[in-house]
Amino acid sequence: MTLLSVRNLRVTFPTRQGTFEAVRGVSFDLGRERLGVVGESGSGKSMTGRAILGLVRPPGRVTADRMELDGQSILNLPERRMRRIRGRRISMVMQDPKFSLNPVMTVGDQIMEAYRLHAGGAKHAARDKALEMLRAVQIRDPERVMAAYPHEVSGGMGQRIMIAMMLAPDPEILIADEPTSALDVSVRTEVLNIMDRLVRDRGMGLIFISHDLNLVAQFCDRVLIMYAGRIVETLAAKDLHQARHPYTQGLLNSLPRLDAPQDRLPVLQRQDAWREGDTITQSLDTEFPGGL
Amino acid sequence: MAATDIAKGQGDGRSAARRRRARSVSGTLLSLALTMLGLLLITFIIGRVMPIDPVLKVVGDRASQAQYDAAYQAMGLDRPLYVQFARYLGDVLTGDFGRSISTGQLVVDDILRVFPATVELATLGTLIGVLIGVPLGVIAAARRGGIVDQVARVVALVGYSMPIFWLGLMGLLVFYGILGWVGGPGRQGIIYDGMIPTVTGLILVDSLIAGDWGAFQDAFSHIILPASLLGYFSLAYISRMTRSFMLEQLSAEYITTARVKGLSERAVIWRHAFRNISIPLVTVIALSFGSLLEGSVLTEIIFSWPGLGQYITKALLSGDMNAVLGGTVVVGTCFVLLNILSDILYRVLDPRSK
Repeated sequence: MTLLSVRNLRVTFPTRQGTFEAVRGVSFDLGRERLGVVGESGSGKSMTGRAILGLVRPPGRVTADRMELDGQSILNLPERRMRRIRGRRISMVMQDPKFSLNPVMTVGDQIMEAYRLHAGGAKHAARDKALEMLRAVQIRDPERVMAAYPHEVSGGMGQRIMIAMMLAPDPEILIADEPTSALDVSVRTEVLNIMDRLVRDRGMGLIFISHDLNLVAQFCDRVLIMYAGRIVETLAAKDLHQARHPYTQGLLNSLPRLDAPQDRLPVLQRQDAWREGDTITQSLDTEFPGGL
Repeated sequence: MAATDIAKGQGDGRSAARRRRARSVSGTLLSLALTMLGLLLITFIIGRVMPIDPVLKVVGDRASQAQYDAAYQAMGLDRPLYVQFARYLGDVLTGDFGRSISTGQLVVDDILRVFPATVELATLGTLIGVLIGVPLGVIAAARRGGIVDQVARVVALVGYSMPIFWLGLMGLLVFYGILGWVGGPGRQGIIYDGMIPTVTGLILVDSLIAGDWGAFQDAFSHIILPASLLGYFSLAYISRMTRSFMLEQLSAEYITTARVKGLSERAVIWRHAFRNISIPLVTVIALSFGSLLEGSVLTEIIFSWPGLGQYITKALLSGDMNAVLGGTVVVGTCFVLLNILSDILYRVLDPRSK
């Protein structure tokens, strides 16, 4: 079943030198799966996520042939209608909890705000829900954390709080934009596992944006490789090492491997031809054939 | 058991917090005392280095050398400087700033008379500046480049660059001379002069205490024009600062988080961003209030407002050092107190500072 369907998504910004295209014709479908989006800085992966949430601020422009959530178009909806989708149906976890949580509001207030905005209801119900969510992200003393301010919690805990907050209104899709890049390696796996379990238990769709190929290969069902605002290749995560696009191959080759040590890692040689041309699609034996 | 542990932990946390607060309060008081000492040292030195002979001011030009020497000794000027400073400290602490030569009254009494006039004007001016300037700055930032932003920019630019005496004179001409909407110069109309018993020295407050509605209206019609003028200047400053604080906050990640939650733009701005800018804004407002408390000499002169600025300026021009130094100590103290107040508010508003 398709939750989100995107065809030919483009995000453009007018500049003095002409229009800059951050995203140039991205198409994909998202089901109740974990979809990895990989690419280098500036490849348009974050901008794709923001475009789906309607968070591209003017003068940026979003166009697409189709952008549908459960069959309903969410392309350039009026702000008022988009607000009912944000948080409630599509949510996002950002990179660094140090900056993405409001420093002068308690953790509890921020989680309850997210929940009450969409579910309404009494304050004590929101409080119960917030405590439940904090327990769900394995925070041991949720009562204390509720009253804490963001600067009083660690990075790993902050990101778990962020996940709890964004999942409190039970969205259908979670966009995780480099959710572990700012975290210590030691807590990375823990946070990922918590997110993974919650997303799977709720049957949600996850768009996992990252520049870390190995992480995405471990963690996702399917991977989109983006380069210069386009998807250059899409394939099942387990088939990543049979990638056919030279860019994907180049990325893979530039990573050190324990099983095939090399004296010198090759440097990725980018080619202008990659900016254009078709997306390489493998026939996938997942439940989402055809890929896109 | 776990519950009692937590309770105990919280109890410990609370008493630790109390200890921390006690320490920070005593630290604040200590820094207050030191700052005041520094302030008094400076005014003392100014009093000594000014090329005005305090003895001559007392004995007059025609005194004999013997009379001069006697007065010199009586004033303690033959003693070492540190003794003089200690005496000066003692005098100031007991509220003795000496006698003003131009008014013939005790400087303390003079200041008690003129300072409330300045406080009243500065408070109303700051109030106007905050109530209009803050929302203006917030809206200008939220709709950056929009019509409100453009208007706010022009308003602030005019506020920065217009000479206040010209605006004051024009204001008097239009609103008092031609339209007759406001009272003229001075704090009160002549019928109400001296009719209201002085309690706080703030005529608006005193007339309300006395229950005299007519006097209140009269005082209000006198203060509104100069207060608006001062308010306009603090508005120009406050709105620009608010706008730049706001722009900084609006580009922060937690604002994106708030939008992702699905909050309305109004909630994003006022509930999330504004709480964060209120912290630096407190300092800006306190400093702007402090600079108005100094007494805005030009405004006071144009509106014949019997305030501190006028008092100090007149004293300075007639070489009345006791009055000048007394006024300086009062203004300096106000600045120090306002700084401490904004420090305390900072700590209350910003959970990170605890």
